[in-house]
Amino acid sequence: MKKVLSVVLCVCLLCAMMAGCGGSSSGGKKTVTIGVFEPASGDNGAGGKQETLGVQYANSIQPTVEINGETYDVVVKYVDNESSNDKAPSAAAELVNAGCSIILGSYGSGVSIAGGPTFENAGIPVVGITCTNPAVTEGNSYYFRICFLDPFQGTVLANYAYSELGVTKAYCLNKLGDDYSAGLVNYFIEAFEGLGGTCVHEEFPDGNSDFTSYVANAKAADCGVFFSPVSTEAAQLIIDQTVAQGATFPLLAGDTWDSNVILQAAMGKDVNVTITTFYPEGADADFDSNIKVWINGDATNLANNGGDDTVAAVTAMGYDAYFFALAAMQKAGSTDPAKIMEALWSTEYTGVTGPIKLDQTNGDAIRNTAYVKKADTATGTWMAMDPVTIG
Amino acid sequence: MNAVKGKKRSLYTGCIIAALIVVLVVMELTMKSTSMVFTLLKKGAIYALVAVSMNLLNGFTGLFSLGQAGFMLIGAYTYAILTMPVSIKLSDSVYKYYDCAIGFELGVIPAMIVAGLLAAIFAALIGLPVLRLKSDYLAIATLGFAEILRAIFQWDAMGPITNGANVMRQYQDLTDIKVPFTDIPFPPVLFCFLVSGLCIGVIVLLINSSYGRAFKAIRDDEIAAEAMGINLFKHKEMSFVISSFFAGISGALLAMFQYTVQAAQFKTAMTYEILLIVVIGGIGSISGSCISSFLFIACNEWLLRFLDESSNNILGLTILRSGFRKVVFSIIIMVIVLFFPKGIMGDRELSLDRLKRPFAKKEKGVDAHG
Amino acid sequence: MQFLQNPMPYILAGISVGGQYALIAIGYTMVYGILRLINFAHGDVFMVAGVFMVFLSASLPLGLAIPLVLVLTVLLGFVIERVAYKPLRTRNAPRMSIMISAIGVSYLLQNCALYFTGGLAKVYPQLPWLSDTIEIFGAVTKRVTLITPVFTIVLVVALVMFIRHTKIGMAMRAVAKDFETSRLMGIKVNSVISATFIIGSFLAAVGSLLYFTNYASVTPTSGGMPGLKCFVAAVFGGIGSIPGAVIGAFVIGISENIIKGLGWTTFSDAFTFALLIVILLVKPTGLFGEKATDKV
Repeated sequence: MKKVLSVVLCVCLLCAMMAGCGGSSSGGKKTVTIGVFEPASGDNGAGGKQETLGVQYANSIQPTVEINGETYDVVVKYVDNESSNDKAPSAAAELVNAGCSIILGSYGSGVSIAGGPTFENAGIPVVGITCTNPAVTEGNSYYFRICFLDPFQGTVLANYAYSELGVTKAYCLNKLGDDYSAGLVNYFIEAFEGLGGTCVHEEFPDGNSDFTSYVANAKAADCGVFFSPVSTEAAQLIIDQTVAQGATFPLLAGDTWDSNVILQAAMGKDVNVTITTFYPEGADADFDSNIKVWINGDATNLANNGGDDTVAAVTAMGYDAYFFALAAMQKAGSTDPAKIMEALWSTEYTGVTGPIKLDQTNGDAIRNTAYVKKADTATGTWMAMDPVTIG
Repeated sequence: MNAVKGKKRSLYTGCIIAALIVVLVVMELTMKSTSMVFTLLKKGAIYALVAVSMNLLNGFTGLFSLGQAGFMLIGAYTYAILTMPVSIKLSDSVYKYYDCAIGFELGVIPAMIVAGLLAAIFAALIGLPVLRLKSDYLAIATLGFAEILRAIFQWDAMGPITNGANVMRQYQDLTDIKVPFTDIPFPPVLFCFLVSGLCIGVIVLLINSSYGRAFKAIRDDEIAAEAMGINLFKHKEMSFVISSFFAGISGALLAMFQYTVQAAQFKTAMTYEILLIVVIGGIGSISGSCISSFLFIACNEWLLRFLDESSNNILGLTILRSGFRKVVFSIIIMVIVLFFPKGIMGDRELSLDRLKRPFAKKEKGVDAHG
Repeated sequence: MQFLQNPMPYILAGISVGGQYALIAIGYTMVYGILRLINFAHGDVFMVAGVFMVFLSASLPLGLAIPLVLVLTVLLGFVIERVAYKPLRTRNAPRMSIMISAIGVSYLLQNCALYFTGGLAKVYPQLPWLSDTIEIFGAVTKRVTLITPVFTIVLVVALVMFIRHTKIGMAMRAVAKDFETSRLMGIKVNSVISATFIIGSFLAAVGSLLYFTNYASVTPTSGGMPGLKCFVAAVFGGIGSIPGAVIGAFVIGISENIIKGLGWTTFSDAFTFALLIVILLVKPTGLFGEKATDKV
């Protein structure tokens, strides 16, 4: 019995080794590899999958790229960083090992910060799609990004809370050790207190699913708004607990909450959810209708999009990021990561989410418009409100 | 006769170590530095050290402790805080919400030693009450202490030192190490191997000393050991402190390897992983722990990755998708735990004589990975 | 400091969580009482019950899904014992190997859950009536919050009666007292152990119904922390003692929520472990544990 088992185990491992080694070989036509560094599991798995969908869709309509008169097949390599800062470096190393020319991602600033040095040391440029924390690109000349930043988003949200909602006391909740929510809450508090408001700030630990006490704290402190730009996973529970405790304050959040997961959680409940985001559905009717057809045409895509065909802003951003990367390659006239990195500084592209142009200090997108959306709990859709532009 | 044999053996060992170093240097000079093989070798070496340190406790002293992740946490943070350049500590690129209270920086090696020492000091303090407990009570108490440590490191009030729960980065990592007195970068894989090899060597010497024999006596029968005049508490505490010292150093190495470090990573799941490595290698076998840590890391991070890729599906089966790798991996672990409770090596060590036996098939397979 | 102004919501939440913890803690305490094994996989059995419910309720009506979840979870507990613990036990493997096997099972269950859920949080179905909102003493909450403690106490009383007055219950007490002697006396030790696991898993399944109705999201790791806390609860109350585990669970549930209300959120988990260490050092047998010299 034991002998047989040990032989079986050895054979398994040998097979695995062969498969592991054999997988990397490729030949034939000229190819260029784009790495996608996104979470497919963990806290941010749902959002990461939606962002990846944008890249997949873009790849399905534009599977080749013309560089210096030669046509290259675009190979997209997807690696799951599991939404976890400690898994991020090894996921990043895997992309580097796959010989990517440029990398896109990630959803969630923490993993981007954690994976950044690996890319930097390998000399491969990365285009951040929706990681909004300033620290992602600061001090890392290989990290670029095509979305707005949290100081801007925090200000927009604070202005909205103070002026539109007319609130002077806000409750802010972020996840302990999560760069995205901690950063955004920090900038929100700065802006909100600058306007003359006061904030109650709390953090919840990893793996927490009991938000009752936090909602109770907010109620007891008489806060007019509950600001918690956390992962969609926690968001579902927060919405649920807010309703269960009969709290009436509006829930306010950033771009992570722009997801049909939130809509499904809020549907049919008496709750006010308002968010800021990169792209409102309906802004580009062609894009929306085409991608809806594509999503509905494949059960896996539909499942990855959370079961319906709502177009998330991150999907549109992922779509733009793919074309932005292609534009950078064409501008560089090469698939060499170093040349693409040089070209990225001056690449310009107009996508469905608006024009993309990077600044010359950190390689961040010059964007000054955020879209405000409110959940329509009766129909389970987003209602677009007036976009906010600062500066 | 024995002396000659011993001399011959140490000669062999020396040759093997020298050959290993040469192979590593050649590999690092010739192969692409971003190759996955290097990542595995580095991480494997780091985990080998922590697995051996855990084995010292669980396998040689018979103390079932589950606090390893906590001591790695102390090591990793100490190292990161100490080697971060002062200019970065003062700017707000890492300490965004706090003013860093540590106004000096240390070199890589001193910082690693301090990392180990701090972990050892904490272990000494924790050991005083905890080591009086037995078997599973000890396990759950050390596990609890590791969780408490994690909460303390994430605490706001510790922010000026630990940066709260936020990421630590921009300290001296593996790519920043230089060959002494020059500007030539030190080969990172070799560095990991040298540090953990040295530490494991020290542990081996300790185990073969009279202290080591006392540890084993405690493991085999506490009452008999006490009757033989072994001071139980002193030796348990010693084993606990030394094990934590090396766990701290491996934490520092892990921090160097990862470029960024965060308290949230050092959960009980991490201790479980290390424990599984020890069990697969064989409780009470140093070489077993080393082999299994390379094997574990290779399977976990690389070899089984193909199971996750739905493009490899044969006959239209849809069972291969993200996460399947881990299912297969945990089934393999269960098979080992249930049918090979002694692990790869049992409580024996890898030696040349054993390799010659027909049973050596497995080790050869392992060497091919390494 | 919100707790001081209006303690009601926190205490309510604490009692509710405590009741759910209690149901899980009983599983730990019974298994430990009989086998001297920390069943690390128990928290994951609780989580898997949640995953079962998510998948079953998607295709079946609730009236069918709930009993099926209970049956499947019980089956899972039974199979785990037979496959992962019994072979080691009959081989007279050291206690540590059985514990490692438990850790392995926990790893396996988490990874299976990760595979089947795709690593995403699954929304737990709303149970009618239980999920409704009600108001009590000025605090608004879900009905399940109030039902839980009552339900828990009813189940515990039933369990204690069962153990006191049935034949199998008597056998359980005998095996817990002295494993070898009871075997010599003709008690079928294996079926007693299976019964223990069945009861433990059943209560964990009920606990998971209540817990996830309150916190409606299931992830592969959602069993980990509650599992550890419930073990602490069992130790606190005196491992092997059922009323002790229940009281321990309520103490932990309530203090955890009070700590959050006081603004010490970082320490809400750490507190549990601090409590564990204090009790181990001060009164290692726990509040109601029997005096046994071989434990410490």
